[in-house]
Amino acid sequence: MTIQADIEQKIQYALQPTFLEVANESHMHNVPPDSESHFKVTVVSAEFDGKILVARHRTLNALLKDELAGPVHALSLHTMTPAEWQEKNGEIRKSPPCLGGSKAS
Amino acid sequence: MDVLDRIKEQVESNPVVLFMKGTPQMPQCGFSSRTSEALKSCGHEFAYVNVLSDPEIFENLPRYADWPTFPQLYINSELVGGCDITMELHEKGELQTMVSAAVGNKS
Repeated sequence: MTIQADIEQKIQYALQPTFLEVANESHMHNVPPDSESHFKVTVVSAEFDGKILVARHRTLNALLKDELAGPVHALSLHTMTPAEWQEKNGEIRKSPPCLGGSKAS
Repeated sequence: MDVLDRIKEQVESNPVVLFMKGTPQMPQCGFSSRTSEALKSCGHEFAYVNVLSDPEIFENLPRYADWPTFPQLYINSELVGGCDITMELHEKGELQTMVSAAVGNKS
């Protein structure tokens, strides 16, 4: 299973999201082709109701602990409740360009 | 001094401190760059630690606040979060309020 699929499966199972997108953005960085090192994750879940952002990120960091300790070098997280998602109209900030500091090889 | 004590000292002696890759003048990572730009726009000076120039901090910062990624922003000794959270707060205008309050408290 790819790391991307693995991340999707873990989040799907733990948070039952109403929307989930796991984008592999490794190609934007200074890593070999077909790497799975940089991901952007957008999760919309009712589980986030009443939780501040740090808590939501901690939930995902814990869920993806093994991936972060291993191959995953960067994880951009966009966490919303269904109401917040509706308010944003599904608009998610684009990830910034790489500036070369990534040491993943 | 133990590395966790060194981190603690940075966090506790500065009202606003950003652990980042590179410097605000020459960031080495897009996420660090974006975060430091958001902080700069708040109009107050802030402390920073370039984790790329301090391998010991680079290795150990993730376990300080149990937060696996860089950059990490601390205000009033508390972890605010990384790039995504900082940007979220910035867009809502809350970052400015937090930074002003923290810097104001110190003087």
